[in-house]
Amino acid sequence: MTAALLTAGALGLRQLLEMRAVSAVEVTQAHLDRAHATDDRVHAFLRVLDDEALAAAADVDRRTAAGEETGPLAGIPLALKDILCTKGVETTCGSRILEHYRPPYDATVVERLRAADAIVLGKANMDEFAMGSSTENSAFGPSHNPWDLGRVPGGSSGGATAAVAAFSAPLGIGTDTGGSIRQPAALCGLVGVKPTYGLVSRYGLIAFASSLDQVGPIARSVRDAAMLFDVIAGHDPLDSTSIPVEVPDVQGRLEAGVDGLRIGVVREFLGEGIAEGVRDRVTDAIERLTKLGADVVDVSLPHAGYGVSAYYLIAPSECSSNLSRYDGVRYGLRRPGETTEEMMARTRDDGFGPEVKRRIMIGTYALSAGYYDAYYAQAQRIRTLIIRDFEAAYADCDVLVGPTTPTTAFELGEKTADPLAMYLNDVYTIPSNLAGAPALSLPVGLDDAGLPVGLQIMAPVLGEAVMFRVARALETDLAFDPTPAGPNALEAP
Amino acid sequence: MTAAPEQATRYEAVIGLEVHVELATRTKMFCGCATDFGGEPNTRTCPICLGQPGSLPVVNRRAVEYAIRLGLALGCTIAPSSQFHRKNYFYPDMPKNYQISQYDVPICLGGHLDTTTAAGTRRVGITRVHMEEDTGKSLHVGTSGRIHGADYSLVDYNRAGIPLLEVVSEPDLRSAEEAKAYLTELRAIVLALGISDARLEEGSMRCDANVSLRPVGHTVFGTRAEVKNMNSVRSLGRAITYEIARQAELLTSGRLVVLETRHWNEDAGETSTLRVKETTEDYRYFPDPDLVPLEPDPAWVDELRAALPELPAVTRHRLATTYGLSGEQVATLAGGGLVGLLTDAVEAGAAPGEAANWLANEVTSWMNEHAAAAPPLSGAQLAELTALVGDGTLSTKLARDVLTGVLAGEGSPRAVVDARGLAQISDTDELTRIVDAVIAEQAEAAQRVRDGNDKAIGALVGGVMRRSQGKANPQLVNQLLRDRLTAGG
Repeated sequence: MTAALLTAGALGLRQLLEMRAVSAVEVTQAHLDRAHATDDRVHAFLRVLDDEALAAAADVDRRTAAGEETGPLAGIPLALKDILCTKGVETTCGSRILEHYRPPYDATVVERLRAADAIVLGKANMDEFAMGSSTENSAFGPSHNPWDLGRVPGGSSGGATAAVAAFSAPLGIGTDTGGSIRQPAALCGLVGVKPTYGLVSRYGLIAFASSLDQVGPIARSVRDAAMLFDVIAGHDPLDSTSIPVEVPDVQGRLEAGVDGLRIGVVREFLGEGIAEGVRDRVTDAIERLTKLGADVVDVSLPHAGYGVSAYYLIAPSECSSNLSRYDGVRYGLRRPGETTEEMMARTRDDGFGPEVKRRIMIGTYALSAGYYDAYYAQAQRIRTLIIRDFEAAYADCDVLVGPTTPTTAFELGEKTADPLAMYLNDVYTIPSNLAGAPALSLPVGLDDAGLPVGLQIMAPVLGEAVMFRVARALETDLAFDPTPAGPNALEAP
Repeated sequence: MTAAPEQATRYEAVIGLEVHVELATRTKMFCGCATDFGGEPNTRTCPICLGQPGSLPVVNRRAVEYAIRLGLALGCTIAPSSQFHRKNYFYPDMPKNYQISQYDVPICLGGHLDTTTAAGTRRVGITRVHMEEDTGKSLHVGTSGRIHGADYSLVDYNRAGIPLLEVVSEPDLRSAEEAKAYLTELRAIVLALGISDARLEEGSMRCDANVSLRPVGHTVFGTRAEVKNMNSVRSLGRAITYEIARQAELLTSGRLVVLETRHWNEDAGETSTLRVKETTEDYRYFPDPDLVPLEPDPAWVDELRAALPELPAVTRHRLATTYGLSGEQVATLAGGGLVGLLTDAVEAGAAPGEAANWLANEVTSWMNEHAAAAPPLSGAQLAELTALVGDGTLSTKLARDVLTGVLAGEGSPRAVVDARGLAQISDTDELTRIVDAVIAEQAEAAQRVRDGNDKAIGALVGGVMRRSQGKANPQLVNQLLRDRLTAGG
């Protein structure tokens, strides 16, 4: 029974709960047990919240028994990236500087999850302040990929993806600034979604790069991801960049297939630098789309190649300002000093890791008088060009596809010495962040080493409905098994 | 004594003012916290104005409205799209270590303000009006009271996030008098708009002055000093006068003015170096990605324009021409915010001059004594008071007592007269009885009057007033005494 609860997925669990075949406490306990049994090897969680999760589950059971209405995710456990503020519950953002910090409020996404009666199982590991592609920048140690425990799960939402891939939770909440949901989802054989910028509130999301950050769902199936998307998306007056529109209906025509849709294959994403195994699986998937009735065409995003350069100016610039507030004065770490300046400097020196410091320095430099036009302003111009590239492509296509990442999961320590090699992991995911447009990573098979490959499905702003629909059609056709397998994989539930 | 150089260079002062106005909105610039003054430290705070991780700003619409109204009153262009930038610098009283401000695209651009001094009227250019948030306040605990040498420091964030407007003038002012006139006029406009209580002493209006000198006739600006910490219009004038003299002395003795920020010390009556600006501070401004461009609906701007109140210059003109008031009266009434009350009183039938006198003297003194922003008095009540004096019911002296009663909340003037029994005795028979009694009582004084000593009548009038408890009509008493003592009585 326990294994069945772990593999059922969110939709399956909802059916079992609605039939009263199982209680929310049983579901939660099963996942807590799985987390405790595996996390010494996976390290998906920074904090497993046994008491809070069981209390919330008991409350769902009590209300179900009393015939009261419960939310759409009632009793479904979830791994929450430690970047989202949880009232009274330690929220570190993967950083020493926020160790022991307890926010005085819940993020809007957390409020929405609680209102939907989802069960927050724990706070998931991440690269410090979401800066990284492997979780190796977490101040509290890296997470491990359940498909090969010697490899990274990707990042920065690597903890939440590792938890879902390990079957410790059916759902995860991540954030995606340059690929931080899609890249780990691809590396862990999961569905990961970055929604349209402004569809999910950023209130209570600890900012890395405000103009790019977006919260999104992680799941083992498209339908589960769609369920979670529905719960978290929606206008929030507390976030001025939240867009006051109706949330795209991703569930209504989810099963409508791809017949008649025009799908563009991004030429630049299949060029140099891509691993053969990734190219093969992506090409297979594209052929399947043709067979399913889609009109597949070749498209070009000529400026997408400049995305990484633009991103690594815009994101560090914003982060250099966003992270100024961590100074030891009001909350978090404080190291004593003779003067205020010395206290602030020591606190920041001890509190931030090397990657965060590197980006603060790059951003501080890029925003400096005399350099602003050459760097920050220039990067914004590239951003505009990339947006125009997408507009031109969508004049002719419903969605665009390509690989999510250039390679499958790499080994722990393989790229930590070379930040540029690490940055290039995001080369295919960054353009959607710069354009504020939605994108989804779907597992489409394994490479020769038995590691998952992700296909990226990109859509125009607010084009989530068609994006989920294409993903669902391909998922059905592929029947990918998300259970980690291989010589160094975590044991199946 | 050495002779002055034959052709000493004559210098002209060039002054520009930067004025910060704290807006009287109910809530802060970017969150719902109350702005009221004087709460326990850090009680008017929330995750947003404390810069807690993950919190986000949302622009206060009322603050935008106030900014637009001031811009319109100053003849500025309202930007169809303006932007908030982040001004980045580390300071413990700034919760985010950046201030949300406006930079290259402020909400109001290019207006003007006419200032009048004895030297004439000058049109001073307004460069811009922009919106920003205030910082918290540091309290340095220790013997020095300043950050250096403090044992420890405390920060109160109640003020953090209170909306501010910064009004930047062109360097068009040429004297301390003009600067004072500019600040006085700007303050009057802000008060007329009702967008701030504009108290210089309490810091809800703050003024920095950029002062430089150049030889008369030159067009290139000299090196300027920025002077801070003036807490009244008077101290602005003193600080500028001091600064002009200091710079003139430096220049005439062949030394240079240093580009720096100087602190005005009110007690010492001098400025001193606060910090030298060797290089322009780099605030790494960039558009705040948490906020979208501010694009006020043109129809809303038109509505606000149509609803602007009468501006002080127009009011002054109206009071001088239609009411015939003196410049001094106008200044007192406008400064005290009493113009509306005067207008109401006149509409209720009071003579403008009389009503203005009461407001400029008794009412203003009462407001000063009670530190009140507005008197608890209606125009109708003031008109009633002047009518009671006009029909002889009250002497001026009694009317003062009645006004005190009205201001103390005892009701209308008529009600106070009745309740306190203050009506003047104008009944001739009753007064004659009192007068006769006093003549009998003070026979000696009466005789002196009969003998032609007119001054002696004062003692007898005093006696009558005492006997009548101050209620006798003084003119009538005088008349009756004279009738009795000089016409052979």
